[in-house]
Amino acid sequence: MNVLNSFRTGPDENGHFGIFGGRFVAETLMPLILQLQEAYEDAKADPAYKAEMDAGLKHYVGRPSPLYFAERLTEHLGGAKIYFKREELNHTGSHKVNNVLGQILLARRMGKERIIAETGAGQHGVATATLCARYGLKCIVYMGALDVARQAPNVFRMKMLGAEVVQVESGAKTLKDAMNEALRDWVTNVHDTFYCIGTVAGPHPYPAMVRDFQSIIGQETREQMMEQEGRLPDSLIACIGGGSNAMGLFHPFLDDPDVKIWGVEAAGHGIPTGQHAASLTGGRPGVLHGNRTYLLMDDDGQIAEAHSISAGLDYPGIGPEHSWLHETGRATYISATDQEALEAFQLVSRLEGIIPALEPAHALAKVMELAPTLPKDHLMVVNLSGRGDKDIPQVAEILGTKI
Amino acid sequence: MSTRLATRFKACAAQGRAALVTFVTAGDPDYDTSLALLKALPGAGSDIIELGVPFTDPMADGPAIQAAGLRALHAGQTLAKTIAMVHAFRESDADTPIVLMGYYNPVYIYGVDRFLADAKAAGVDGLVVVDLPPEEDNELCLPALKAGLDFIRLATPTTDDRRLPKVLANTAGFVYYVSITGITGAATPDADVVGQAVARIKRHTSLPVAVGFGVRTPEQAAAIAAGADGVVVGSALVDALRASLDADSHATPATVPAVTELVGALAQAVRGAARVAAE
Repeated sequence: MNVLNSFRTGPDENGHFGIFGGRFVAETLMPLILQLQEAYEDAKADPAYKAEMDAGLKHYVGRPSPLYFAERLTEHLGGAKIYFKREELNHTGSHKVNNVLGQILLARRMGKERIIAETGAGQHGVATATLCARYGLKCIVYMGALDVARQAPNVFRMKMLGAEVVQVESGAKTLKDAMNEALRDWVTNVHDTFYCIGTVAGPHPYPAMVRDFQSIIGQETREQMMEQEGRLPDSLIACIGGGSNAMGLFHPFLDDPDVKIWGVEAAGHGIPTGQHAASLTGGRPGVLHGNRTYLLMDDDGQIAEAHSISAGLDYPGIGPEHSWLHETGRATYISATDQEALEAFQLVSRLEGIIPALEPAHALAKVMELAPTLPKDHLMVVNLSGRGDKDIPQVAEILGTKI
Repeated sequence: MSTRLATRFKACAAQGRAALVTFVTAGDPDYDTSLALLKALPGAGSDIIELGVPFTDPMADGPAIQAAGLRALHAGQTLAKTIAMVHAFRESDADTPIVLMGYYNPVYIYGVDRFLADAKAAGVDGLVVVDLPPEEDNELCLPALKAGLDFIRLATPTTDDRRLPKVLANTAGFVYYVSITGITGAATPDADVVGQAVARIKRHTSLPVAVGFGVRTPEQAAAIAAGADGVVVGSALVDALRASLDADSHATPATVPAVTELVGALAQAVRGAARVAAE
């Protein structure tokens, strides 16, 4: 594939992936966003920044994360050979830390000492609180009141790490509302505050920047698969809320046309019920939170409330690059329901001794569906983006167990 | 042909005073009350009306205006009804400029060309779309100017001299100076600092400069009016409206007067400030 046909060169200079992306923010933020873009370009070209990143990823995050052959799950499903990319083994328990390390080091370069973040499941909040503790920065995390209730272990964790958790009572009290509040904070405190966005969404340069930081997942996967199997994988599969873990795995493979790519959205109670978080499957292009992308909304352009069992996927939008990959057909987007995710959560726990987070349990649910239909020499990588410790109280309650 | 906005700013300037720009949310708390309020605003002393287009996720607005938008949406307000409201207003008022203020997504979903045609036909004079910076001018700003609607840009304390020309390049009608970094209805602006900022903007443009965000009382309005071509008051009016509602957030007989009385006090203060400045 030649450079002109590459799927890896986006976005353009204005932050667009096709019609998606862009910078749809209030004027107050524009100078800062342009400054951030400049600082990021500058950092990318600076060997000292790269060295600091590499050292942090290796010695603090614990990378590379293993690429693990899930032998019993493979045997059980009787089809494709299934590998787990073990992002749940990272410090703080998910892929989120890869991106936060990059942004916090950038914030330090820019002289910002006050960090704000939004979080759904709490994984991004925990990662941000962790690195703020590590570097002695003030940390404020916005979290919807509903998510505060269903992700109590992560809320406590953030507080232990010295972060202030602001409970957001507006709207559906989930991730969308937390993002609105974080943006309001940023507009108000623009002079000294760095907004550490947790996914591949928001105004340019965030979608590209977060993707770059997460691409370590796919880069390692390429090398590890070559080492273990002597060739590239045949397919990749990852869950999608905003889509950062998926973009991190997918991006280094976008120009390998033989690698099939599946993104799994949260279908909640089922797409036909309208109670879901599947922006690509059940939404259409619109503008929210600084970018144009697929969104769940009504006929008047009012944003709909998403639903998912997983707080990390409970968002009515998706990263703009995913919208573009969807429309170009490079990646295929499917969805898994709450119930399917719960079943996969339990099956993988029992077969592999790994308790996945509810987010990647959505990807695992589709692995259960797809793998049996594929030949035994098909190499499939699923991104195990987070561990399930944080979800245990919620799952126990759903299963009727008192802990 | 000069526009309604230009004519009105000129008329206020001829009286030696700033224009009072009042913000209310379309459809808050319901269509009929909101239309009655809209019709009552000019008589109460409002020179220019900013009509908020309700949106579920108003990122630059504070809790008061967000709640107003949600009240309107719950009562069934849509962008089409907001345009219809302007049309109904124009049946009895051909002179008071109306500016629609909101976020891009409802317009984008309505369809930009259809929106501009319908808004123009209804008698809308200008647009303030908070989440469309000059970097996204192709979306709505340029088509709006072509359609004969003023596109009013926000300038803020973070808009430095290097950036100002870019912000002002395709601005028409007036420049909306956001006096604080923050959301609507938050901190109170410092009149001296605002005066300096307005003077700075005026070095770059001949357009009128109106100042808003955080102006709540007649005293504050008077202080800002001394150094600007217009004063925008929003959250305080929305708060007055909310305070007049019953326990179920429905309108009462006190709703329209609650807002118009405050507008009257603000108008008097703005006119008084002009006299002081002129002496």
